[in-house]
Order: sequence, then C-alpha cells, then structure tokens
Amino acid sequence: MNRFVYLPGVVTLELDTEKCNGCRMCTIVCPHAVFEIADRKAVIRNRDLCMECGACAKNCPEGAITVKSGVGCAAGIINGILQNTEPSCDCSTGGSCC
Amino acid sequence: MNTVKDFITGEVQTGTGVVPVVSTTWSRRDRLETLKVRWSVGRMKYRILPGLYAVGTPDRSSRVFVTANFKLTFDHLRRALAGLDAWILVLDTKGINVWCAAGKGTFSTKEVVRRIRIHHLDKVVDHRKIILPQLSATGVAAHEVKRMTGFTVIYGPVKASDIKDFLESGLKATDDMRRVTFPLVERLKLIPVDIFYGKYYMLLVPVAFLLLSGFKPGGYSTDLVLNPGWKSIVNLYAGYLTGCVLAPALLPWLPFRRFSWKGLTTGWFVAILLAFAGMLGTSATEMISWFLMIGALSSFMAMNFTGSSTFTSLSGVKKEMKTALPVQITMASLGLAGWILTRFIVL
Ligand code: SF4
Ligand code: SF4
Repeated sequence: MNRFVYLPGVVTLELDTEKCNGCRMCTIVCPHAVFEIADRKAVIRNRDLCMECGACAKNCPEGAITVKSGVGCAAGIINGILQNTEPSCDCSTGGSCC
Repeated sequence: MNTVKDFITGEVQTGTGVVPVVSTTWSRRDRLETLKVRWSVGRMKYRILPGLYAVGTPDRSSRVFVTANFKLTFDHLRRALAGLDAWILVLDTKGINVWCAAGKGTFSTKEVVRRIRIHHLDKVVDHRKIILPQLSATGVAAHEVKRMTGFTVIYGPVKASDIKDFLESGLKATDDMRRVTFPLVERLKLIPVDIFYGKYYMLLVPVAFLLLSGFKPGGYSTDLVLNPGWKSIVNLYAGYLTGCVLAPALLPWLPFRRFSWKGLTTGWFVAILLAFAGMLGTSATEMISWFLMIGALSSFMAMNFTGSSTFTSLSGVKKEMKTALPVQITMASLGLAGWILTRFIVL
C-alpha cells in the first residue's frame, strides 16, 4: 500500500479522452504516476495520488487535461483567507516549498 | 542582488562570447551555505547570476541543462555533472528553487524562451534540445517552447543525482526517476523551516504563561512564576515540537490520512508521557486543559507540514482545514480558559 496517499475523492483532475493523441507527455511530467497509456490513449490510473500540481495540463499539447492547480499548503490557505486572495505561500525560504 | 561566484574556475569562448566555467565539487563554503539555508539563516542571499555557464569543456554538440538561480539547486546540478562537458542555462527565478519557482510562475515558458534568446543558445550549440528538471513542468509548456524557439524540451529526472543514469540510458528516465517520493531524510530536511514558523509567538506565548503562572487563588506569588511556571514552557514546546518534528518524521507510520489527526495522535501521546512525569499539574481541570492545548498545537503544526509534503493536493488540504481549523481553535481556547481558571480558583 502506498502510505503517501492523501484524502480520497477530492481531486479536480479531468481528462478528455476524445482530445488525447497519446503523446505520453502527461506520463512523463506527472510526479505521481497518475496517468498511463492504454490503447494509445491516456487513462487516469490513480486519481487519488494526484497533488494538483498542474504539470500534466500545462504540457498536454491537445489541451485534453484540466485540473484546478495550486499548492496544497495549510499556511498558504491561511494566508489566502487572511488576505482574501487565492491560496499563496511564501516560498522565499527556498529550501523547501512554502 | 547579493550573488556568490567563487565556484567559477575559468572561462570558455563560444560563438557569442565568454562563458564562465564552474566547479563540479562543493567547497566548504558551499556546504556551510547549504546548512544555513536549511535552517533559514539569511535566506535570500543564495541566488546566483542568471546566464549561461559551462562545466568541463563543452562544445557545439554538448548537452544543455536548464535550471533555477537558487544556489542550492545550481549546486546540486553542477555536482551531478562532474566529469561531463555541458552547458548550464540558469534562469532568473528570483533565487527560488525549481518546484516553487514553477508553481509561482518564475520558472516559466516565458523565462525559458527569453533566456534562450538573450544568450543566443542557437548559436552556442548546433542541436536543438534542452534538458529541464521534471519538476519545472508545472510552469513550462514544452510544446510552446518548441513552437517559439525551435528547441525541444526534454524533461530530465526529478533528482539531479539521477542525471548520469538518465544520460547513459539515452535521455530516458525510469519510472523511479520520475516519481517524487518523500522518504524520511527528505522530511527531516524540511523540518527546520517549520520549526521557525512560530518564531515570535513561541517566545511571547511562553512568557505570558510564565507571568500567568504567578497567579494563585487569592493572590500573586513570584515564586510560582519559575516553579511550576517552567513546566508550562516545557509543555508548550512539547506540543509545538511534536507537531512539527515528530509528526512529519513518523508521517507514513501514523494512522489517519489527515495531517491534523496525525498531529493530534503524536500530541496526545506526548501529553500522556508528560502527565506521568507530573508536568501537567495536579487537578483534573489543569490536566484536561493541557491535553487540549498540546493536542491543538501539535495538530495545527502537523497540518502545516502539508506545505512541505509532496503529495497533498490543494483540494485535499482545503477539505481537511475546513473541519480541523475550527476544532483546533476551539480546543486551544477551551484549554487556555481552563488553565487560566485553575490559576484563580481551586478546582
Ligand atoms: S499529454 Fe495530452 S495528448 Fe498527450 S497523452 Fe497525455 S492527455 Fe493525451
Ligand atoms: S496535476 Fe500533477 S500530480 Fe496531478 S495528474 Fe497532473 S501532473 Fe500528476
């Protein structure tokens, strides 16, 4: 079992198989192996592993993938609530993210 | 801009000018700086000048690696390229690492295209391939870079240390090289940053507890400020540190998916130990108050670690916080109220 799975069933990732040309780019850029190729089309293999980074959507040449991307970071969300903006984190620490 | 450049060891001539050659080993100073950054000392100083650099003696057929101008990132890349002849194109990511810069939009399609043009990459090399770290894919659209510059973006491995294997296998990353994992060492490295999250509060709040410790039913005794006042300091720090050290370290082995629950688990575990050690006071009210406060603190700090973790989604964290934050605030307030009450009334 993968111990690094976060909450199930919340992710905003969507794939439009109609548009997919099977270029494999999404399988290359995804850091969590969410996609695989079957019958020359991308399929979502494990949606709950997705961390909504947006790399797949950004690099899909056919625009077949959509995801509401952002950093899953509590401090960032609190920042957002306090400043009444989208979640944003202070990444200037550099060493880590947010 | 504060830049560091003592890693430059020479220069090479290209079709377009002189390019500095950089060392592929770390000096003592490089190591020291790495440590300082981890512990957030003097945080913004570690950027290097964006531009084209060389390792070894690259020529027109050598590989081009693109990276961020955060010094730690650059250091890892140049060390990974030891023994090779290659070009390094350093983007201006405002001194931020690849992953964060890509998320923030400074490691972007636009910046990649801009740097290729500024440094006339098409005149430096004959081929049309650039290697980017995989984690920059969040900010860069490979097909757009290709359309605008003619350069094909190849996403390399997540970790710089896999670059040699990646090159040897003909620019193919194995599945493992593409996965972001989150092993113990990686989690431990990120802990220092979280410890400093509470900076000022973690100095002010204990002082407030010390002062309040002096109150006793019917008066104030300065003797009490230090004893048992010191115990409240230990308890507060215990709650804080279990949340930002113990919970992240034990992350995969703790039950529950929610970080707030994980933090509550470690917090209460430590609270039980403290109770046996006689640190939580004598009355039931005082003990319960400490359980509430330590639990809330640890839970909140553990939840904060979602920012450092590599697998939590925004939707997930939002969902978790919606219920966790109000509970944490309630617990902390009740605990604080209960504890203050025991200063004034015998319960
Ligand atoms: S990147 Fe887009 S087009 Fe290419 S395989 Fe994935 S979904 Fe299909
Ligand atoms: S958003 Fe990121 S984690 Fe989710 S599927 Fe796309 S690339 Fe993978």
